[in-house]
Amino acid sequence: MTYVKNRLRRTMMFVPGNNPAMIKDAGIYGADSIMLDLEDSVSLTEKDAARMLVYEAIKTVDFGGSEIVVRVNGQDTPFYDEDVRAMVKAGVDVIRLPKTESAAMIQKLVKDIEHWEDEYGIEKGSIGVMAAIESAKGVLNAPEIATATPLMMGLAVSGEDYTADMHTHRYPDGRELEFARNMVLQAARAADVYAFDTVFSNMKDTEGFYRETNYIHELGYDGKSLVNPRQIAMVNKVFNPTKEEIEQAKNVENAIREAKAKGSGVISLNGKMVDKPVVEKATRVLETAKASNLIDEEGNYIGE
Amino acid sequence: MENKVKRELPDDLMNKMDLKPFETTEIGHPEVKRVAPKVRVTTGQDKVVASLDDVIKNNLKDGMTISFHHHFRNGDYIFNMVMDKIIAMGYKDLTLAPSSLTGVMNDKVIEAIKKGVITNITSSGMRGSLGDFVSHGGLKNPVIFRSHGNRARSIEEGEIKIDVAFLGVPVSDPAGNANGQDGDAVFGSLGYALMDAQYANKVVLLTDNIVDYPNTPASIKQDQVDYVVKVDKVGDPDKIGSGATRFTKDPKELKIAQMVNQVIVNSPYYKQGFSFQTGSGGAALAVTRYLRQSMIKDGITASFALGGITKPTTDLLEEGLVRKVMDVQDFDKGAAQSMANNKNQQEIDASWYADPHNKGAVVNNLDVSILSALQIDTNFNVNVMTGSDGVIRGAVGGHQDAAAGAKMTIITAPLVRGRNATVVPSVETIVTPGSSIDVLVTERGIAINPARKDLIDAFKNVPGLNILDIHDLQKTAEKQVGVPKPLEYTDRTVALVEYRDGTIIDAIKEVKD
Repeated sequence: MTYVKNRLRRTMMFVPGNNPAMIKDAGIYGADSIMLDLEDSVSLTEKDAARMLVYEAIKTVDFGGSEIVVRVNGQDTPFYDEDVRAMVKAGVDVIRLPKTESAAMIQKLVKDIEHWEDEYGIEKGSIGVMAAIESAKGVLNAPEIATATPLMMGLAVSGEDYTADMHTHRYPDGRELEFARNMVLQAARAADVYAFDTVFSNMKDTEGFYRETNYIHELGYDGKSLVNPRQIAMVNKVFNPTKEEIEQAKNVENAIREAKAKGSGVISLNGKMVDKPVVEKATRVLETAKASNLIDEEGNYIGE
Repeated sequence: MENKVKRELPDDLMNKMDLKPFETTEIGHPEVKRVAPKVRVTTGQDKVVASLDDVIKNNLKDGMTISFHHHFRNGDYIFNMVMDKIIAMGYKDLTLAPSSLTGVMNDKVIEAIKKGVITNITSSGMRGSLGDFVSHGGLKNPVIFRSHGNRARSIEEGEIKIDVAFLGVPVSDPAGNANGQDGDAVFGSLGYALMDAQYANKVVLLTDNIVDYPNTPASIKQDQVDYVVKVDKVGDPDKIGSGATRFTKDPKELKIAQMVNQVIVNSPYYKQGFSFQTGSGGAALAVTRYLRQSMIKDGITASFALGGITKPTTDLLEEGLVRKVMDVQDFDKGAAQSMANNKNQQEIDASWYADPHNKGAVVNNLDVSILSALQIDTNFNVNVMTGSDGVIRGAVGGHQDAAAGAKMTIITAPLVRGRNATVVPSVETIVTPGSSIDVLVTERGIAINPARKDLIDAFKNVPGLNILDIHDLQKTAEKQVGVPKPLEYTDRTVALVEYRDGTIIDAIKEVKD
């Protein structure tokens, strides 16, 4: 496995690092990313066992096409160093640092990764990093965190710890997260990295889940953290492009092809020049449409 | 000798019992002769008797065959009540021929075997302590496992000759008109017991609810019944079936169910008036839910649903998505109660349901059947009888029958269970031959029987349907759990598995510990 900077990341499914049954089957649900957790879901007495389990799992389990992210324990814990060493050796795609509050923390993580890459003869830059933003300080420092390293894959808002730090808690309407969500998203976009929304853990509240997912999709988030495989299809549904968006993206793609055929550096569609963000959006739309089986191999619309 | 699915069968037993090895799933058009029961003529005025002891004493002799049904499942009081008396009265050398054996019967059967009361058993299956006991050589003569359709055939053709049938019912009138739909311990369809009522020499009904003559609807009819015995309680209503059927929340089962639904709706059989049988497992119930959504969306209704019936299926009937339910047994209270209220829920007996030797069973009209498996091998042979430890822990049920009858048979199974592979190079026990299996659905992808080129074509362009060679699925499973050491058995045969035509498809050996 090797870190790929740009790929589809609508769904990041959390899997406890101490649950072999869940780890074994994590790859069957079509999550874009799987986050194997060594931190909050693993009790202090199981830290070593979970690390060994996750290490072996990365080396042996078939996770389908999912990207493998591991959330290591925080830099203020005695487990951090061993976690990073084991995950580098295992060849994970991305390491997620919890409770990130500064660029320095990310730079330390990158240095530690590079150290173990050297040690194990792994090519530098094979592993990406991402930052979980879980405090007021982290939110305010999001811009420097997002730009701390070229290996930055993305930023994730972590609602539970953040709201506690803000002297509040999660509410159904999500207003308590408004600033953090926008700040982290702005920082991510400005740095050209991915932005992930926090988990929604009440599996019984389907309506609330859709409300929240629609909202963060509207804001411009790339994806959402998930606690249950059943949420994957729900997120994908929200992120699915419409038939019109797909047709538009195909038109843009054709315009690019025509421009290339003509050897022209300027792409134009219906007499208007097509800018880079529009080209990128078209690529994203078609990639998503394909992943969700909304278009076939030839690009024909087969959704409903 | 070896049969056509390459299973070595014990020559001595095959010859001694005059059995034939399995050859083919094709039944053809043999002419068969049916037997008829002995009838002791009465006017039916004094069938109600107070003493079960007297009934047993006056009708049962050493060496005879007795039968029971398993419609009460784990809420059954009748089996233990009757067997306690038979054991206490010192009978010997009886053959036990129930429609199946449920967990509550296990300890009593073991006691009866140990005391020499029971020396032969034929059943659909057995589990738990009894399966363990038999697999460890507890019964001298081999158990004969038969499918529901095959039991009906065997009874009709005299291979199972029932001397006395003890049939518990939740309601009867004094003349023996009985059903499974009224009373405290209702279980709905009496499907399996109807064979016993029709063919046993003596039919003894046991009920806690005698109502005024005539009781209708009469599933068992007065002209079939010799005695009606009043007992305190026939069963525990709460243990007959699950109260409310809950849909699984297991994401893996849901994933498998979604894929099964994809297979069904993309098959050539999914059209107006199609028919299906789903079964009762978590994934099967979830299939019913997804299928319902698809049928509503596509405006398709089914002509009938078949088999063991659950509430989600009778809900489809209420909604008008299924026109008829052909019901041989009910797995939950909702389905059982529905039978009394809905004339489109037709009670069918085991012969009508699945018998290979009649003038056409319902399974032959079936488009799609969804079945489970303990193991399935790379030739699509299915084991629903023995565990990965070689111990008996299952039942043939209607597996062979539905697989043979349906135009498309889908097996659902997780690729591995715990640390055991489900898809294996060779199953421990062949129950249903691979030639009657069409599609395997696992969480990692689906495999299509190479003989079904039409289905391979139908499914190859379905987006999101991951079609694999079954050998690749087997290798994926093996990669996860490794290669187990072969199980060790002694030379002794503890059970024979019949195919639905009465030929022997496999032998189960005593496990070596």
